[in-house]
Amino acid sequence: MPLLPIALSVFRESVRDKVFYNLLLFAVILVAASLLVGQTTAGQDVKIIKDLGLAATSLFGIFIAVFVGINLVWKEVERRSVYNVLSKPVRRPALVVGKYLGLSLTLLVNVSVMALALYAVLAYMNQGFPESVRQAWDAPALDPALLIAFVLILAQLLMMTAVALFFSTFSSPMLSAVFTFGLYVAGHFNADLKNFETIVSLRPVVWVARALYYVLPNLASLDVKSQVVHGQPVAAGYVSLSLLYAAVYIVMLLGAASLIFARRDLK
Amino acid sequence: MSRRVSRLVAGLVLAGLLASAVGLQLLRDRWYGSPQPADSLLYIRSPETMKRMALSFSGILADLYWIRAVQYYGGRRLSKDPNRNYNQLYPLLDITTSLDPMFNIAYRFGAIFLSEPLPGGAGRPDRAIDLLEKGFRLNPNRWEYPYDIGFVHYWTRQDFAAAAEWFQKASEVPGAPWWVRSMAAVTAAQGGNRRASRMLWQIQLENAESEWVRNNATERLQQLDAMDQIDELTWANRQFASRHGRFAESWDELARAGLVRGRPLDPAGLPYVLDPQSGGVSLSPESPLNPLPTGERGR
Repeated sequence: MPLLPIALSVFRESVRDKVFYNLLLFAVILVAASLLVGQTTAGQDVKIIKDLGLAATSLFGIFIAVFVGINLVWKEVERRSVYNVLSKPVRRPALVVGKYLGLSLTLLVNVSVMALALYAVLAYMNQGFPESVRQAWDAPALDPALLIAFVLILAQLLMMTAVALFFSTFSSPMLSAVFTFGLYVAGHFNADLKNFETIVSLRPVVWVARALYYVLPNLASLDVKSQVVHGQPVAAGYVSLSLLYAAVYIVMLLGAASLIFARRDLK
Repeated sequence: MSRRVSRLVAGLVLAGLLASAVGLQLLRDRWYGSPQPADSLLYIRSPETMKRMALSFSGILADLYWIRAVQYYGGRRLSKDPNRNYNQLYPLLDITTSLDPMFNIAYRFGAIFLSEPLPGGAGRPDRAIDLLEKGFRLNPNRWEYPYDIGFVHYWTRQDFAAAAEWFQKASEVPGAPWWVRSMAAVTAAQGGNRRASRMLWQIQLENAESEWVRNNATERLQQLDAMDQIDELTWANRQFASRHGRFAESWDELARAGLVRGRPLDPAGLPYVLDPQSGGVSLSPESPLNPLPTGERGR
């Protein structure tokens, strides 16, 4: 299946659409913050830069995943260019998966460059503190465990890309964006859904809430930013299971998106 | 007109309009005064609501609230307003620590900001204890929080029994340093004693996690030194009185009697004040060591 050419064309299109300009903004925010925070944070500079770097990676990533993801299939159909692609030996599911892989590659490059930039800024800041101050930090400035947070952020973004792509196979970009952001927000309230009986006593409602807990994407479980920044251990088993969960969920969404797109009347 | 010239003209017009807007703003501010920001308004007071709204960005939001708390405290501390208060400090710290329950410094510094007596702090040791108890409840492996609660009881409330109890609790947390147990014992045996206070601040100085805490501990130790020196100078003046039937008129008189060496200076470098009537010795009103702590029972 010609997945690679489709994926590379999506990646090239991202470059052409200047998606990577967000890296420049990220770098400016990080460098500016590293120069300014020292005056106002009472010695919490490194923690704040870590928080800022991880939050910005997540935030920029989610905007790319949603706003590029919702247009991936819709734009092809709207421009009628989908006929050109499908006239070649390309099956519809391959088009969906190829598009997904292309955007995933864009996000991988984006998150990797952001991780490198954050480490570079932290390395610079690390030099400015005496050993006695560094000893008092919850975690070292160049803590390799930060990579765990980056990997799980990437997993979150890949899940949201799959969600956006799924909606884009049958809905307009506007509605797809609303649905995807809706699921993004709901994905952070999973704990409430699981413990709904503490709010409502009606059993059927509790069951529905419990079912939604298992069906909706559980994004909160992929968020370990706080633990990593505070030097708390994150078990390898937990990370592996979370990544496996994300992978299964993505495959399920891509399967559903492929099925819908395969049955869609493109005339 | 060529396209290039028309673009240049358009650019100049836009720049002119922007300059006019700036000029009008300056003029309005000069005539009617510049608008004042809302007085440290907290739009959302509920930590739980804030936590839910934060989604996965609670860490960075906690940092923003921490920066607000530091600026709020600093701004109020430096303010010349005699009616200043620190009413928003606890809500800001409460939101910060709810958004990031592991924000160690927010509990520890926050407790100092809250417990310091007015006008240097909020004068709310009860709130400082609330904050630290919350920290200990959420992080039962941190011995620092019960230790800091003991510290607030000791230094601000001068409730030495409660202080000893919390130092003891801190010493029971795995990983607590050996001297916490000593502190509990010393406080139980001789709480309020200046030697015990010195030990407390010395430990604080040696374990300071930041420049601010280090400076604060240094200043407290200087205050204790000043109290020792005042005791010695008062004793010297009493010696003078026993010899001459009256208190000394000046430091020179005491120096001539061989009871002091020159004009004594406090640890901040300002001369002590001698009262010829009562024989009392005090800090200069300009000394940064004012006010000295009360309730210390001597060396």
